Amino acid sequence: MSEMKKIKNLKEFSTSADRFEGANLLCPGCAHSIIVREILNATNDPMILSASTGCLEVCTAVYPYTSWDASWIHIGFENSSTAIAGAEAMYKALKRKERLPKSCEGKSPKFVAFGGDGATFDIGFQWISGCFERGHDMMYVCLDNEVYANTGGQRSSATPIGASTTTSPAGRVSYGEKMNKKDIVQIMAAHGSPYVAQVAPNKWKDMVKKIQKGFATEGPVFINAMSACTTEWKFAPDDTIAVSDLAVDSLVFPLYEIENGTKLTITYRPKNKIPVRDYLGAQGRFKHLFKPEYEYLIDEWQKRVDDYWEYLQRREEAGV
Amino acid sequence: MAEKMELNEIEVWDGNMAASQALRQAQVDVVAAYPITPSTPIVQNYSSFLANGYIDGEFVMVESEHAAMSGCVGAAAAGGRVATATSSQGFALMSEVLYQASGMRLPIVLTVVNRALAAPLNVNGDHSDMYLGRDSGWIQLDAFNCQEAYDLTLMAFRIGEDHSIRLPVMVHQDGFITSHTAENVRPLSDDEAYEFVGEYKPMNAMLDLARPVTYGVQTEEDWHFEHKARQHADLMTKVFGKVEEVFEAFEKKTGRKYNIVEEHYMDDAEVAIVALGTTVETAEMVAKMMREKGIKAGVVAPRLFRPWPYEQIKKALSKVKAVACLDRSSPNGALGALYNEVTASLYQSDNHPVITNYIYGLGGRDFTVNHAKEIFEELDANAKEGRPTTPLQQFIGPRGPKLSFY
Repeated sequence: MSEMKKIKNLKEFSTSADRFEGANLLCPGCAHSIIVREILNATNDPMILSASTGCLEVCTAVYPYTSWDASWIHIGFENSSTAIAGAEAMYKALKRKERLPKSCEGKSPKFVAFGGDGATFDIGFQWISGCFERGHDMMYVCLDNEVYANTGGQRSSATPIGASTTTSPAGRVSYGEKMNKKDIVQIMAAHGSPYVAQVAPNKWKDMVKKIQKGFATEGPVFINAMSACTTEWKFAPDDTIAVSDLAVDSLVFPLYEIENGTKLTITYRPKNKIPVRDYLGAQGRFKHLFKPEYEYLIDEWQKRVDDYWEYLQRREEAGV
Repeated sequence: MAEKMELNEIEVWDGNMAASQALRQAQVDVVAAYPITPSTPIVQNYSSFLANGYIDGEFVMVESEHAAMSGCVGAAAAGGRVATATSSQGFALMSEVLYQASGMRLPIVLTVVNRALAAPLNVNGDHSDMYLGRDSGWIQLDAFNCQEAYDLTLMAFRIGEDHSIRLPVMVHQDGFITSHTAENVRPLSDDEAYEFVGEYKPMNAMLDLARPVTYGVQTEEDWHFEHKARQHADLMTKVFGKVEEVFEAFEKKTGRKYNIVEEHYMDDAEVAIVALGTTVETAEMVAKMMREKGIKAGVVAPRLFRPWPYEQIKKALSKVKAVACLDRSSPNGALGALYNEVTASLYQSDNHPVITNYIYGLGGRDFTVNHAKEIFEELDANAKEGRPTTPLQQFIGPRGPKLSFY
């Protein structure tokens, strides 16, 4: 049985014991650290963790220091999923052979892998797909900031259309990124995963509930966590939560979950739906879209977001 | 509990079966693997052992060789015995993770059935994949036949897992010539084999919840060098003694003697072939034939390819007048790896024989008795002249005009 924390309010939550130290090198205002703390604080169970090469990894385990007060492994860019799957396999083997370390006997550690959107949508996709097909008892968390932030802001297949990045820059004859963002949540649900959800750290109650649900689920769980990036999205470091609120209230990042590959439930409905324009306007990466010649792209954005919200609602209603 | 397998005193096994039986007897905790020719039967045999109750560890059938080694790294860091198998392209695909496994000092055992590297695509045996691994920080042992593939796989666990070593180990055998050729193999019983390998002793296990560990840290110019230097120093100084110790323990148990550098007819040899893999047995047979013709021929075969046994090679070749280094891998723009290592070993020696290089057997092309005879004859001429009578590097057997360099 997994042991979940009972969390009543944000103060209690923010002061609970940390397995992820505040002493790390992430940018001020980085949403990664908020997400990781919310996940690690959602359970009292022991944890075995992994991370792909990326912001989280390079900022939390610089020898001879570590920010992790739980066992943690990083191998490469593409394989945090398989690293934790290997550890999970070893746990199963040693449990069966009655050779677990004494400190691990009778415990049910949670196996959690972290990766950025580059590691998840792009270079590590095959490894994640393999882990989900095989059904390891693990949680994979994508820290989705829609860009290769660790290496200076190159586009990934999570980068949304119109964003200016260092490899899809807006220029005299270009409005920036030309491709639509890959729909990773639906792709992972299509693996038949027992639980897939999209979360945002600013909606922490919704997020913690989903994480706890994920921990209580046996099998591979996929979490796509929106991680607003002050550096690459280009907003002030103290605006992380404000920009995150714009993202979920404009429905650019709708919050929902899919159980057993099909049952879709919307978990957050904004009381006041905000125009996509307001979300885009808060970030430097979309500044060029407000030129008269690109205004049509903002209208297209709005239509795309509206259509997708319609689609989610129809699926929820139909129970499929 | 896994069921024990009753084995005959002499089994007829190919190299793949020999390796998979050794993995079974070592009671590996996690095998994460992906099949590739010619090592596929290792993975198939292991699956069949599992399906029949002979394995109680985890067997993770992953989606690529990169994932196989990634899973092995995660499993080994968690704290248990880990092994896998591969060849050729699969070896190349997992090469990124080979460095990460050794850099994190995880004693994984990898049975490599040697095969050529594309292009052009080729499934047969040469040493291109083995050579690709030589800077990866792994210990590399080379088996020349099926019995050795079995013996060395058992010994690999004991060498790599020792707390003074903590390095991953590859056990190589030749694709098809060893892997698919059935020979008589004398196995240990399951109990004897496991007793020899020993129970896995964890160190810095991620699953030790009382003592969390961080694996795979970031180091830049401030610390990276120290980590690499220490790994190299351990390879250069600690491994030889441990390998010898395990070879001795194995001899005590089985009567089968292994040496870091194997020597055949070297007591009074004037000319010698240095080779790896199945070629060693061919060369050994031809050396005997040459002796009947009055050429004092011998064979030197490194059992340990990494770390390279400089001292043992120097000693083995301390009296010869001419040496041929046979490389079964295209060096693509240099002299062969064996030539380079042997020459470096002898440069500090009092003995400076004539050393020549032969590239042979690429993509599984046969290395015949006649090839070995010709080499010994050329060596004999070199020894008599005291200088090379042939070009420094020759290719044996490809179509077209004879290919040689320098």
